[in-house]
Parts: sequence; structure tokens; C-alpha cells
Amino acid sequence: MAEIKIENLRHSYLANPKSDADYALKRVSLTWKDGGAYALLGPSGCGKTTMLNLVSGLLTPTEGKISFDGRDVSMTSPEERNIAQVFQFPVIYDTMTVFDNLAFPLRNRKVPEAEIDARVRDIAQMLDLSASLSKRAAGLTADGKQKISLGRGLVRADVNVIMFDEPLTVIDPHLKWQLRSKLKELHQRVGCTMIYVTHDQTEALTFADQVVVMNEDGEVVQSGTPIELFEKPRHIFVGYFIGSPGMNVLPCEVRGGKAFIGGSEVPAENASSATGYGKTELGVRPEFVTIANEGLAAEVVKVSDTGRFRIVETRSHGATIKLLVPEGEPAPEGLTHLAFDRAHTQIYEDGWLAGAKS
Amino acid sequence: MSKAVNNRAWLLVLPVFIIVAFNAIIPLMTVVNYSVQETFGNNEFFWSGTRWFEELLHDQQFYASLGRQIVFTGLVLAIQVPLGLAIALCMPPKGPWVSVCLVLMSLPLLVPWNVVGSMWNIMALPDIGLLGKGLNALGISYNYTRQPISAWFTVVLMDVWHWTSLVVLLCYAGLTSIPDAYYQAAKVDGARPWAVFRFIQLPKLKHVLTIAILLRFMDSFMIYTEVIVLTGGGPGSTTKFLSVDLVQKALGGFDLGPAAAFSIVYFLIILLFSWLFYTLIMPNEAQS
Repeated sequence: MAEIKIENLRHSYLANPKSDADYALKRVSLTWKDGGAYALLGPSGCGKTTMLNLVSGLLTPTEGKISFDGRDVSMTSPEERNIAQVFQFPVIYDTMTVFDNLAFPLRNRKVPEAEIDARVRDIAQMLDLSASLSKRAAGLTADGKQKISLGRGLVRADVNVIMFDEPLTVIDPHLKWQLRSKLKELHQRVGCTMIYVTHDQTEALTFADQVVVMNEDGEVVQSGTPIELFEKPRHIFVGYFIGSPGMNVLPCEVRGGKAFIGGSEVPAENASSATGYGKTELGVRPEFVTIANEGLAAEVVKVSDTGRFRIVETRSHGATIKLLVPEGEPAPEGLTHLAFDRAHTQIYEDGWLAGAKS
Repeated sequence: MSKAVNNRAWLLVLPVFIIVAFNAIIPLMTVVNYSVQETFGNNEFFWSGTRWFEELLHDQQFYASLGRQIVFTGLVLAIQVPLGLAIALCMPPKGPWVSVCLVLMSLPLLVPWNVVGSMWNIMALPDIGLLGKGLNALGISYNYTRQPISAWFTVVLMDVWHWTSLVVLLCYAGLTSIPDAYYQAAKVDGARPWAVFRFIQLPKLKHVLTIAILLRFMDSFMIYTEVIVLTGGGPGSTTKFLSVDLVQKALGGFDLGPAAAFSIVYFLIILLFSWLFYTLIMPNEAQS
């Protein structure tokens, strides 16, 4: 087990990267504490897997340094780093039984057979695989196979970190929940550092204590707890990407530390830190917008029912603003006014939270 | 409840039936017909029952050809399959050299059979051929028209040259279809190259290897043109394989009856071996 420190890491798949666009992963520095549960969240093809493979040692970084507990491992092989990785598609050794599959990493490391036996049975118990230990692994269902991949990681007691590369992609929806809660349970039991890559916000937010969000360009835009990501997105991308529906982003003006939309003043938590230069936008989540008697004038365009609440879509000064109305309350109609919760309304300049980026 | 029977539907099956009849059933039945009759020319035939089959099964020459054939096919498989697999493993998985390798590998497959025979015939000539003269210059006594061992060596070498590429291409196709994740997982699990081969590559290549062995078995068991051009079955009858023997009987002796019986037995042997091979390998598949 180890604390993972990433310093100024950058990666390009080209031999001679020239412009910034040549980098699949933009410069990033992060620290992942020992024993934590982390998630890397971002849209498909954004460089999450690149980052994961850099940490696991399947790729060698173009620039930067990765260290485990202070030891520089940037140039070492996955084996030397002593990590485990679970891939998107279950990897099993077809010709072996479930037992042999789980024992494979230990046998490769010449662990005594008696110890292997104890260890494999222990892990099989944890993953509910005990009954199928003597079966051929090829005969198992997709979730069984993925459990084996996971088991091969857990079976080594001394792994520094276990990494998951979208491990639930091929699993049936009703089994996803089961396997996900199993992962969470295992993390609490084993106490090993785990890094989970996904493009599914629910998976990331339920699994991790700390989520790293990446945008399409391979840039890390925010790293924080699920609550921080929800309440204080550092970039409008995080606002869009996390939450359903995503954050409302409205063009606005900032004058003298106050924010205005179409001439009327709107409250914003960080309005005083805004410089007024660049493209200024106001971000507020639908959860923090309410119907009021006075405030921003708006017109209700559409009401959609999701079961637990209704999403009300309104138009105000040429922009669309969505808000949530609980089930049972009357749905607003026609012309109305909107109020924003000051503590959860932020000003963004050129996409970044005003005053947050130094 | 009865289904409506529309007999006109048979008309739609007719074209297929005609094609199959002309390319398989009629030729085969002609051979069957010959195999139970005797002819003295003049298109007159007399019933002879199972006589030709009985004669064939007591014919020492037939057993000798069959024995040579089995040894030849065994040698060819024992060399070409491991060699082809080894070459495929050495080829680059991606990059500009892939196409170069593939073209080089395909070249022998594109050469017509009789040209292959002529090429090796000339190349192996002890007085002017590169191979023949070279071997003799090295002090190895080599003459494929006189020495059985030299003849066998040349025939096997020629077949290896001509057909190993087929195994290489099949194996290469199989290897490139293994997802990267398997190799990455093996790295993470700390597997040595041998373990990667034994537990990932070999199991994943099982199907293509089955196809490769089956194809090479059938082709080498029926080898004719190259051998006829190279050695003509000689020296003596040391490289007289089943097909060479058969053609000598059918065309040389014009013994239509015995040759037909020979053909049927030959055909059944290939069928039997292929079936045996397939059923021995495939039952394992049913479990998974």
C-alpha cells in the first residue's frame, strides 16, 4: 500500500509532441492518499485510461514523475510497481479453473503452494466464488469473469493500488449495483488504495471519496469530494457533467462586484471576486433555483415529470434555466419569477470559477 | 392441421441440385460405378463385385504408398505447424513492417504447384543447381535423383517452403485478434513470456491451429503435382505417394476398375482422418 504522488505528469502518444493538442493527457499534479477510494471521471476518450495506464506502468510518461511512498517509479514495469488492474473487458485465462486463475499472480511470484491455497480460498469467499473454484473459468458469466479479474488483484496481500478501468461496462444493469456495492465493501475490508475510472457519474460518486474530473481535452479540471463537485464546480464543465440535469449556465455581466442578467441584479456568492474581464457566466444548479414572487422574470416553457420531481424548463433573457419542483407541489405556468440561492450561485470567467484559479 | 404442399417449390431447389449433381454426385458415382466393374475397352463393362477392393486391400504396393504418405504428412505437419507458429510469433504486431512481412510470407503461396516443382527441380540439381551444387561443395553427398534420403529431404523442404506461410498467416491473424488487455493483465500478474504463450496465446490460437492442421493435413495427403515434377515418385518408388501411385494405375495402366477402387479408399482415408481429428479436438470445446 502506498501514497501515490503525481507531479507535472504529461503524456503524448506521438514521438515528438509539438503543440498542446498533441498531448492525450495535459499536465497534472495530484496526490492520492494511502487507502483512499478515488475515481477518475470524464467523457469517453478524454485520457482517463491513459492516466490510469501511466500510474500502473503499462505506459511510460512523456514527462513528469510518479512516486509511490516517495519512491520514483516513473520508469518501472507494472510488476515492479506491484499494482493490480481490472480491465473493461474481463480478462481470464480460458484454460484454467477459477482456482488456478486466482492463484496465477501468486504462482508467478513463486509463493509457496500452501499459502496460495489459503489466500485463494479467502479471496474466493469474499467474492462469493467459493462454489465455482474447481470449474473452468471460461464457463462463467461476464460478472463472474470480472470478479475473477478483481480477485487476481486482491489475491496479492501487498499490492500498492488496485485500478479499475470501467470494470462494469459489460455487466448487466441489475448486477452492476451488486458488484458496485461489493467493491465498496471490499475497499472497507481490505483498506487498499483503489482508483476507479469511469464515465458514469453515479459509479464515480458512489464509489469514491475523492473524484478527479477530466474534460474532453485530457485536462484535469477539478479534484474533490462528491459534495464539493456538486456544490462548487471549479469549471462549468464539472457543472454540466455532474448532476442530472446539469448546472444552468447563463451569460451575465459583472459590474462593481455585482452580477446582472439582462439588467436585473442576481445574487452570486463570488460576485465580488470577479474581475469582469473575459467571458462572464453565471452557474446555478437546478436544485438551487426556486419560483418566487419577485426576482428574475422568466417564462415556463416545458414541465417534464421524472417520477420523484419535475423538471421545469423556463426561458429568461434568451437563456434556458431549469429548476426542480418536488412532486405534489403545483407546477408553475406562464410568466413567473425565479430566485437563486446565493450560497450556491457562482460566477465563472472563461469557464473557470471566478477567484478560484490563481 | 395439414400444411399446404406446394410442389412448385421444388423448381427453386433445382438449380442447386443440378450444380451439386454435376460437381459432386455424378463424378463420384462414376467412380463408384467403375470400381465394381471390369472393362476390356470398347466401352464394354462386366460386373466384378468387390473384387477390386479385395485386391487393393491385399496389395503390398498400396500399403507401401500409404506408409510413405503417412510418414510424409506426419513430417510436414511436425515441421510446418511449430515453424509457422514460431514465425508468426516473431512478426511485428503493428507498424510499417507488417505489410512487408505479409507480402513476403504470401509469395510462396502464389506460385503455381508445377512451377514450385520445376523451381526446386532445377535448384536441387547436383551439377548446376544452387542447392544441389552448394551441398555437394560443402562435402555432403547429395543427389535427389539417385539417393532416397536426398529425394525425401528435397520433397519435404519444398513443401515446407511452399506451405509454411499458410500456417504463419493463419496464426498471425489469430494472434492479432487477441485484445491488448490480455497482455496487459499478464504483465500486471507478473507472467513470464512462456506463461503468456502457454496460457494466453496458445489457448486463443486453438481454433486457427485446428484449421491450419486440418488444411495442411488434407493438402499434404493429396500432394501430386510438385512431387511428379520434382522426382516423379523416384528414385525407384521411394517418393511414390498415394496420388502418384493412383495416377500411374489409372492413366498408365488404364486399369479403370482398380484405380476407381483405389480412389474410393483414398477418399475414405482422408475423410476418416479429418473426421477423427475434428472430433478429437472439438469435444473439449463443448464444455466451455
